[in-house]
Amino acid sequence: MVAVSYEGRTAGEVVAEIEGVAPGITVELEPEQEMMTVNMGPHHPATHGVLRLLVDLEGEVVKDLKPIVGYVHTGIEKSCESMAYWKVIPFVERMDYLSYFFNMQAYCGAVETLTGLEVPRRAQYLRVLHMELNRLHSHLVWLGTTALDIGAMSVYFYCFRDRDRVLDLFEMSTGQRMHTRYFQVGGVAEDIPAGWEAKARELIDVIRKGLSQYEALLDRNEIFLIRTKGIGIVERERLLELGVTGPLLRAAGEPWDLRKEAGYLVYDELDFDVPVGTVGDGYDRYRVRLAEMKESLKIIEQCLDGLPEGPWIADDRKYVLPPRSELSTSMESLIHHFKLVTEGFRVAPGEVYNAIESPRGELGCFVVADGSAKPVRVHFRDPSFVNLQALRDMAIGEYVADLIQTLAMLDPILGGIDR
Amino acid sequence: MPDGPGLELIMAELNRVRPEAVVDATYDREQAALVVDPDAILEVLAWLRDTPGQEYTFLSSLHAADYLPAEPRFAVHYELLNRDRYERLRVKALLADPASPSSSTTSPLPEIDSCIELFPTADFQEREAYDFFGIVFRGHPDLRRMFMPEDYGGHPQRRDFPIGGEPVIFTRDEVENPGWWQ
Repeated sequence: MVAVSYEGRTAGEVVAEIEGVAPGITVELEPEQEMMTVNMGPHHPATHGVLRLLVDLEGEVVKDLKPIVGYVHTGIEKSCESMAYWKVIPFVERMDYLSYFFNMQAYCGAVETLTGLEVPRRAQYLRVLHMELNRLHSHLVWLGTTALDIGAMSVYFYCFRDRDRVLDLFEMSTGQRMHTRYFQVGGVAEDIPAGWEAKARELIDVIRKGLSQYEALLDRNEIFLIRTKGIGIVERERLLELGVTGPLLRAAGEPWDLRKEAGYLVYDELDFDVPVGTVGDGYDRYRVRLAEMKESLKIIEQCLDGLPEGPWIADDRKYVLPPRSELSTSMESLIHHFKLVTEGFRVAPGEVYNAIESPRGELGCFVVADGSAKPVRVHFRDPSFVNLQALRDMAIGEYVADLIQTLAMLDPILGGIDR
Repeated sequence: MPDGPGLELIMAELNRVRPEAVVDATYDREQAALVVDPDAILEVLAWLRDTPGQEYTFLSSLHAADYLPAEPRFAVHYELLNRDRYERLRVKALLADPASPSSSTTSPLPEIDSCIELFPTADFQEREAYDFFGIVFRGHPDLRRMFMPEDYGGHPQRRDFPIGGEPVIFTRDEVENPGWWQ
């Protein structure tokens, strides 16, 4: 038995020492590793959708990587061009299927800028409320699936349990659990029902308690630490060059959050912090997202406290459906209703790019109007699509097992990437 | 956003650095846009990125649009962002369709220089624009289709690309499509 330490040394040094300690023993070295190209995905649970990665491996080390996307491309942008403006909303919701309220806000905000519609304050609060609940829902799904990728099965169940309670709230206020079509051009479709606020406050307590439990499960969990600490680091400057935004950028220490910078809707009146990380490894990304969920809870609380009374949709009959009750009494309302449902409203020519902060970064919507009732072009700058470019920088030189973790921390949603 | 006069200043300054670089400047609904000569796109982007006082260092988004029946027909939009002042500026390069009868060039697709050297984030988005609109980005290292299959014909987000769908053969309508397997 020859006791030789091999840690942090090359194979040649180890062999030399073995020969020195015990002459006569021959050690066979593995031949130089060959480069091997492996296909990861598209159908694999660890790719979080139908993402295909062409990975060049040397042994277990990733040497190069190419993401190949398009497997769930459904041509939503093209379909939007043949829809009236208000019929586009359910289409764009289905792009990034975990942050549908954000997609709606990006699109509705762009159309509101084009038409010059003013959103009533109550509607703005309701939008912020639903978007922050949506952020919780999205981050909970992310946390569950990421922990599952690293091997923590129970976190997955806890997260999905809590996420379901968020969906219950959506069901109560909008009638749907996912793809709610709640935001309208000019406001929201309906006021929240009685009892919703109490339920939402209940949910805040549940999630706050839940978050502390997840932190207890993961924060100092040795396996989790070994798997995430120091993995997938990319310099902040390089991330900015690659156009990366959202929690990934904030984890690298850049306090960039469009909610703070642009202050759209009522975000500039709300008090919340922008959590940042220090080095930008997987662990920082996890901590930033968890801290973000706590900030979202803070925002939801403030919105519930400060929710103003008043209309929840703009009172402009050229763009907004008249209330149901008026249809049987007012001829004018009936005509407006008929025109809006059959043809839709017309939008003066112009182009608008409207960017908001989605759970994954800058979600931009570019709309071109030509004066007709249908948009000429609806384009979404999806954060997952742009962030995916950084995966190569994050994964090169690391083990293939860490690639799974890095990809999970990137939080790509393939529906948003492929559109 | 730079306001109307600010935009005029940028336009004048750019035209001094590179004559006839900026064709037009529009300020509409608080959105500032520069319409630039496609041949000068790299100079314009580099100037906006590197000049002290401008520093639009972040490319938020790159996308294309088809303005059929307008002439020139295509446009590539660069959504630039100054992160310190939170100012957005859209740079728009209009491209004529070489396939139209009035065109003098022989290349079948419109071309523009790739800005990947200036903004590495443009990589996927240029590929997307190439895929959907058939705009060729000169100098892009890996210009392949982004979403559509490699053997796909045509560029589906052009306005004259028909929406219709491909015939799908089910067992029940095999009889109506004789020789469908060929």
